[in-house]
Amino acid sequence: MALSTAGPTSSLHQTLTGGKLPGWAPWVCAAGSVLAAVALIAVLPVNGRAQTIILAVLLFVGSQTAWSFAVEGRRHAVDRLVTTLIYSAGVIALVPLVAILATVIIKGLKVFSGYFLLHSMRNVSPLHPGGGVYHAIIGTLEVVGIAAIIGIPIGALVAIYLVEYGAGKRLAYWVTFFVDVMTGIPSIVAGLFVYTGLILTLGWQRTGFTGALSLTILMIPVMVRSTEEMLKLVPNELRESAYALGVPKYKTILRVVVPTALSGIITGAMLAVARITGETAPLLLTMFISASINFSPFTDPQATLPTFIWDQIARGTPASLDRAWAAALTLILIVVLLNLMARLLGRVYRVK
Amino acid sequence: MTMTPTATQPPPSPVSASPIRGRANRRGDRIFSGLSMAAGILVLAIMAGIGLFLLVKAVPALRVNTANFLTSSVWLPDNTPSRFGIAALAFGTVMSSLIAMVLAVPVGYGIALALAHYAAKRIAVILAFIVDLLAAVPSIIFGLWGLAWLMPRTFGLFAWLNDHLGWIPIFRNDLGVYTRCLALAGIVLAIMILPTVSAISREVFVQVPPAHIEASLALGATRWEMVRMAVIPFSKPGMISAAMLGLGRALGETIAVALVLSATFNINWHLTEPGGNSFAANIALKFNEAGPTGQGALIAAGLVLFVLTLAVNIVARLFIARRAAFSGAN
Repeated sequence: MALSTAGPTSSLHQTLTGGKLPGWAPWVCAAGSVLAAVALIAVLPVNGRAQTIILAVLLFVGSQTAWSFAVEGRRHAVDRLVTTLIYSAGVIALVPLVAILATVIIKGLKVFSGYFLLHSMRNVSPLHPGGGVYHAIIGTLEVVGIAAIIGIPIGALVAIYLVEYGAGKRLAYWVTFFVDVMTGIPSIVAGLFVYTGLILTLGWQRTGFTGALSLTILMIPVMVRSTEEMLKLVPNELRESAYALGVPKYKTILRVVVPTALSGIITGAMLAVARITGETAPLLLTMFISASINFSPFTDPQATLPTFIWDQIARGTPASLDRAWAAALTLILIVVLLNLMARLLGRVYRVK
Repeated sequence: MTMTPTATQPPPSPVSASPIRGRANRRGDRIFSGLSMAAGILVLAIMAGIGLFLLVKAVPALRVNTANFLTSSVWLPDNTPSRFGIAALAFGTVMSSLIAMVLAVPVGYGIALALAHYAAKRIAVILAFIVDLLAAVPSIIFGLWGLAWLMPRTFGLFAWLNDHLGWIPIFRNDLGVYTRCLALAGIVLAIMILPTVSAISREVFVQVPPAHIEASLALGATRWEMVRMAVIPFSKPGMISAAMLGLGRALGETIAVALVLSATFNINWHLTEPGGNSFAANIALKFNEAGPTGQGALIAAGLVLFVLTLAVNIVARLFIARRAAFSGAN
């Protein structure tokens, strides 16, 4: 309004926007860094794709920070530097995931087929191709199924105790604490516990069932945590309305609270199942390995996909390594599908 | 008491029926609350049982052991006389986990900050999905991939470290062979604990009161200054515990380490030379070929691992618990 003359206008303009890099500055830096890196690699004594990328990133960080320091000052230069570092962290997470998925798919597809999925390893020598994971898929389904049948209700009950009954009680405090600690128990220790407690002390055989029990121990804390979160989301008004209608507490929980949170609980259960499906270590101790189809989880060992992979790697022949990769592909398909289904379900039926 | 509403109803019959139903309901309540409490107690019993059974089954082997269990690094429990000690196992476990921490904790914090305060929502959703998928990859696949894909790609890096930083013992390699070493195990573990570190620190980062964030931005702070002065001070205990939970996971990881390392029983500070071992990996590798004393020795090693991870997890949880207590003030 009062700024009619040219001089003050331009100086005010400068104090407001002058010390700022234009929006295209990062892109220019990025393009320049890539070109410079490619050119430098040709001159310098180092070479390789990874080295080029690292050099380009360093050049980008350096050039952008220097430019920003010159134009915007120290504070904004530091800000841009940190922002770049933080986004790079995200990219760093992407590299191993893509590498793992690509490696497993490429190497796994070599012998992955209908034949592979529908045949066992019975009478297949490690030296020869052929055979498959049929017995391991059966074992995985049964062992994980048993673990889920035992673990899901126990985990859900613990969560119900913590949220609905235990509030403020000393026991509930310790249960919460040890559920948290239990999530950090190494899986091999769970296997050792079942081995010492049931197989050494009680003299049980190593079967699919003992394997399932060791997985249950790993599953319970995951299940408790997810169910607990979901039950806490159920609004208290629903409980109070039920009580006001004279509905007893257990019926309120079973008919009002749990159904409201059910989709979230199922999502948590599926994630817990996905987690134990890939467990290897406890199964090596508690149920061992088998090359043949065994439908019974209560007599003799069964094979599972993870222990199958372990066994095939241990044989170390080209044919058995091919089988290990194909089984890894099978396993990762199952686990990723379980995860995707769980997350989709969680998104569609979110507690509102 | 549960039936008080029925008392106000006009027809007399429900009133007369209510005490009977009331008793049945109380029984249902007692059964259900008893069941759920029993499940809670079961959790405590399992934790106590793990410690107890491992201790009871480890003692016979420890009694016949003629070497020092803590300071020796031989592992010949089935020999006569039996000799075994955990020094090399402890060294390998702690070293590989420390490498994993050094690599994964800064990156994990970065991812958590990107998810909580930097990335636009659409990018954050994709990034969270990537991290979740990384967490879902079974450890045996990490091990297989670590051997087949990652290991050949680390040779150049390890050789470079030896050439330029070889005067530091941990980077030195006198053999010129870089396969199946503790450093490789550390890198694989770092990738495996990345989701743990980032998920837990993200949880605390998003709990920072928006008022603190908005206040610092309104005072002209850049985004990084806002993070440094509002987010990090508030989240510090949670960040420490995220790092420790990652450490706990790295200490106990079994199959990936067992696959990646070539198990040896010596303490070698040259971390890029082949060899090394860990508690968990040693149990998985040796258990099925061990005799009774050998199994007892492995159970003793498992007990040490259990106590170690228990301690790390308890300390980590105490940090979070302390934080939860004071966040109520907001």
